[in-house]
Amino acid sequence: MSEINYEIVKKRAINFFVHVFLILVSLSCLFPLWWAFASSLKTQATVFTDLSLFPKIPHWENYYDAWIKSNFSLYFLNSLFYTATVVIGVILIASMAAYAFSRLQFAGRNILFLVLISTMMIPIPGSIIALYVLLNKLHLIDTRLGYILPQINGGLALGIFLLKTFFDDLPKELEDSARIDGCGRFRVYWHIALPLAKPAIAVLAIFNILAVWNEYILAMLVLSNKSLMPLQRGLMVFQGSHVTQYPLLMAGIVITILPVLVIYLMLQKHIIKGITAGAVKG
Amino acid sequence: MNFQKIRHLAGNYIFVLPAFLLFATFSLYPFLKVFQLSVMSWDGISPEMTYVGLGNFKDLLLDNPVFWNSMGNALFVTVLALTAQNLLALVLAFLCDRDIRGGNIYRVIFYLPPVLSGIVVGLIWNWIYDGNYGLLNHFLGFIGLGDLSRAWLSDPKTALAAVAVIHMWKGFGWGFVILLAGLQSIPRELYEAARVDGANSWTVFRNITVPLMIPVFVLVSILTILGTMQIFDIIIATTGGGPGYHTEVPITRIVQTMVGSSQFGYACAMGVVFGVILLVVSMIQIRVSKMMRQV
Repeated sequence: MSEINYEIVKKRAINFFVHVFLILVSLSCLFPLWWAFASSLKTQATVFTDLSLFPKIPHWENYYDAWIKSNFSLYFLNSLFYTATVVIGVILIASMAAYAFSRLQFAGRNILFLVLISTMMIPIPGSIIALYVLLNKLHLIDTRLGYILPQINGGLALGIFLLKTFFDDLPKELEDSARIDGCGRFRVYWHIALPLAKPAIAVLAIFNILAVWNEYILAMLVLSNKSLMPLQRGLMVFQGSHVTQYPLLMAGIVITILPVLVIYLMLQKHIIKGITAGAVKG
Repeated sequence: MNFQKIRHLAGNYIFVLPAFLLFATFSLYPFLKVFQLSVMSWDGISPEMTYVGLGNFKDLLLDNPVFWNSMGNALFVTVLALTAQNLLALVLAFLCDRDIRGGNIYRVIFYLPPVLSGIVVGLIWNWIYDGNYGLLNHFLGFIGLGDLSRAWLSDPKTALAAVAVIHMWKGFGWGFVILLAGLQSIPRELYEAARVDGANSWTVFRNITVPLMIPVFVLVSILTILGTMQIFDIIIATTGGGPGYHTEVPITRIVQTMVGSSQFGYACAMGVVFGVILLVVSMIQIRVSKMMRQV
């Protein structure tokens, strides 16, 4: 009897310390974010002395100032626009190509597929230079298109790979019967294959949303006109010109994080499934 | 009939045409262009460029200590990420693999830093490390270690380590999620069978968990190396490469050489050398893992 008790006590003690450790690590993840939020509600005068995590008088007007006076509304709308266009572009172009690679016959199909997804495996840190040179030549520097097109291209490899795998596993019967009914290739793809691929498209969309929303280096090289900048670039510009306006900077950071946070919390199961499926399989 | 057939075939190509055009323009062309530019001397604007052969590479290999120093800095962060960050990720994955209560909540929290941008993370940590108002100094003062206070990111002695800590804070949750998935894909029956045969925890770990996890370990290490060597956003948002060259990394050097000093050919040579190094490292890793699996 006493031996059983000892086992239980031991197990509970271990569990207790495990939870203490996990909670400490969790706090280290959450604390900086909460602190940024708390600081965004303080004033320039109190932000360095008032270390409270729940400011007594929250200054929500900081958000108004950041949004209106410090251009964050502009950056926010730009980010929204870039994210939407890139994600739609990737989904359309990648799904069409993936459908062809999975279902249609044409010469050079396998080689073309390998070439297109090779960018996933080969690290080419230098090609950003040549990309810049190219965009310059095409007069796409400091244009929205110059920021959008390379990012659509950047999402294609993963998208084609993911969607081709999905189409390959899909039964062909539905498409066959549609074809017998006289549907052309494009209508079969658009009305049958694409709607069926919704789960894979959702995963693809989430990854691209996060990637585009968080992108920085291309925005730094391509965009120097404030009215075209996305949030990440806007944050750096703001920090560069208003070094000391911490509450406003923190408000800008919260504005930048919030959409990511909402999407992440809503779709975290899919996100985590998405990264792990690829990783464990491959 | 023939015309019909050609039309049909052409239609199939139209499906891949947009993808191929984008790929050819924004991936293939820059990829090849880098090699061409790497043997040129060019300021990026003037219509003429001078062919310098392997001059850029010679200068880079023999006469550019700043670049190799930046490589060393990235390597320092990478070694820390491979050891400390991945070890933490592994320990957390083991703890959460034991059907622990609230396991999913921990997972959601640990993966939060990885979904944020390097810029945001860097800007927040700037303030934690600040010399005058930083939280870290406040905390050190609070526990009686005020003597250690400093401006962590502008002190040459601590800047690189401070950046490495930010990078690991942002990255460990990613390794954790992949390692946990790997652990969870090991069939439970294997563990039970081993226990029935009288194996203790260590033998189970040594003979079941480790061999089955090797592919996952390799994947996590390769992606950690590739991701950390190419660190950029966090550096730009915190130190910008300073103080001096103490936190310069290859990508900051390449960007600086390009837009800062307008040496486009030279920057391309740096990109080629850096890319080859990354490729070799990942190939070695894959080789080693294959050998280990055969043993």
